[in-house]
Amino acid sequence: MPAEYIALSYGQLALAASLMVVCGGVSLALQLGLERRLALGTLRTILQLLLLGWVLRWVFAAEQWYYAVALMVVMTVVAGMAAVRRVERRYAGLLLDSVLAIWVSAWCVTAVGAFGVVQVPIERLAQYGIPLLGMVLHNTLTGISLGIDRLGSELAGRRDEVETLLALGATRWEAAQDAVRQAVRTGLIPTLNTMMVLGIVSIPGMMTGQLLAGVDPIQAALYQMVIMFLIAAGASLGTMGVALLGYRRLFSAEHQFLPGRLKK
Amino acid sequence: MPATPPLLEARNLRRRHPEGHGWLIDGVSVSLHAGMGVALEGPSGAGKTLLLRAMAMLDPLDSGRLLWRGEPVDRGDVPDFRSRVIYLHQRPALIGVSVEAALRRPFRLKVHRGVRYDESRLLRWLEGLGRDAAFLRQPTAELSGGERQVVALLRALQLDPAVLLLDEPTAALDPPAADSVERLIAGWLETAPAERAFCWVSHDRRQAARMIERTFRLVAGRLATPQEPENAR
Repeated sequence: MPAEYIALSYGQLALAASLMVVCGGVSLALQLGLERRLALGTLRTILQLLLLGWVLRWVFAAEQWYYAVALMVVMTVVAGMAAVRRVERRYAGLLLDSVLAIWVSAWCVTAVGAFGVVQVPIERLAQYGIPLLGMVLHNTLTGISLGIDRLGSELAGRRDEVETLLALGATRWEAAQDAVRQAVRTGLIPTLNTMMVLGIVSIPGMMTGQLLAGVDPIQAALYQMVIMFLIAAGASLGTMGVALLGYRRLFSAEHQFLPGRLKK
Repeated sequence: MPATPPLLEARNLRRRHPEGHGWLIDGVSVSLHAGMGVALEGPSGAGKTLLLRAMAMLDPLDSGRLLWRGEPVDRGDVPDFRSRVIYLHQRPALIGVSVEAALRRPFRLKVHRGVRYDESRLLRWLEGLGRDAAFLRQPTAELSGGERQVVALLRALQLDPAVLLLDEPTAALDPPAADSVERLIAGWLETAPAERAFCWVSHDRRQAARMIERTFRLVAGRLATPQEPENAR
């Protein structure tokens, strides 16, 4: 693919970063007190992305598939941890469930996308696999985070209902399924919303990137669609997975509900 | 000891305090024989509700055994067991918009697939409670605490359980209504004394005495008066 994009220099980056002065000016003028956070945000943006760029350059240059896989493992575990950081009602094993759910769902979906659909040769796994997985992880993370949070609040809120059903002879699944359903539904809403307005409200991020890199717009659109379906599948599987894992933690094999395991 | 095992027997049930200090239920043994009405009384916080819940296998136990007709219950058989031994919450949840919907809800569970919603039977029971078919159309959101308890009792009775574990089932009722509920339960037991029993948690000693043949007193998770000779085994 010929490089039809305009390369940027660090000087040009500095020019763009100077736009943050505008934000600082607004903060000062309205006394928002956000100057420090703006400065930190600017710094973190630069450092994190530069670091990412360097790491990717290194992994790409290594041309060994296992470098790519190692990086993908790190990304997955970090995503799994981030997914449960702000979950309100927690239980022992939540982190493990989250990492497991995101790992299995995102990797399966990305594998189908990379090897089945795009048919990436193994030596270019880094260039295709890492960005694909990154996008799938990001959305699966959101789904898992919303889903597991909702599962906890549903089960806590419906505790009497769940207990009543169990007392009347419900299996643990019969008692929990409404809560599990609500959790998965909640986790999928952001993805569905995105799909509804995709390409109408704005040009999606990946497509923008490809357009800037000089890719034919139809090709860029095709890639965006593939990614969207991968994302939707990943979010569905991940959210369902984590909801089911959580369900198994909060209900015993004796069909008992264990709300004591949910801690705020 | 009679030749037939008790319908439901709890042997030396123990449940630890979740924070680790002391016992919520401390070595309690109770037998419910067919035809028996048993009262469980004691100060609040003594563990009456927990004991009743444990007897319905609703909470995990730290030790002890629960025997249903002399046999332990397999984990896979727990829903079936709970369709026979029904625990009634003190503040029951009614799932459904109307009383009728709430009464129909259990029939959607796998374990009750063979049973049908039987309105004529419900109407007979309601008559005994001084109510009619209009009660079935009432929205559950407008029911009083006592009415909710009545609905929960009917919801359990229509499933033909063998054992009712009643957690202060008349606590929110006025005395005449409480009397009619007591009569309903006593009548239910007398209809098939060879296969039914109940355990009734109550604060009210007098009430407990009226329809009960044996009373257990629970204090701080222990039975204060072990009145069962079988316990000496």
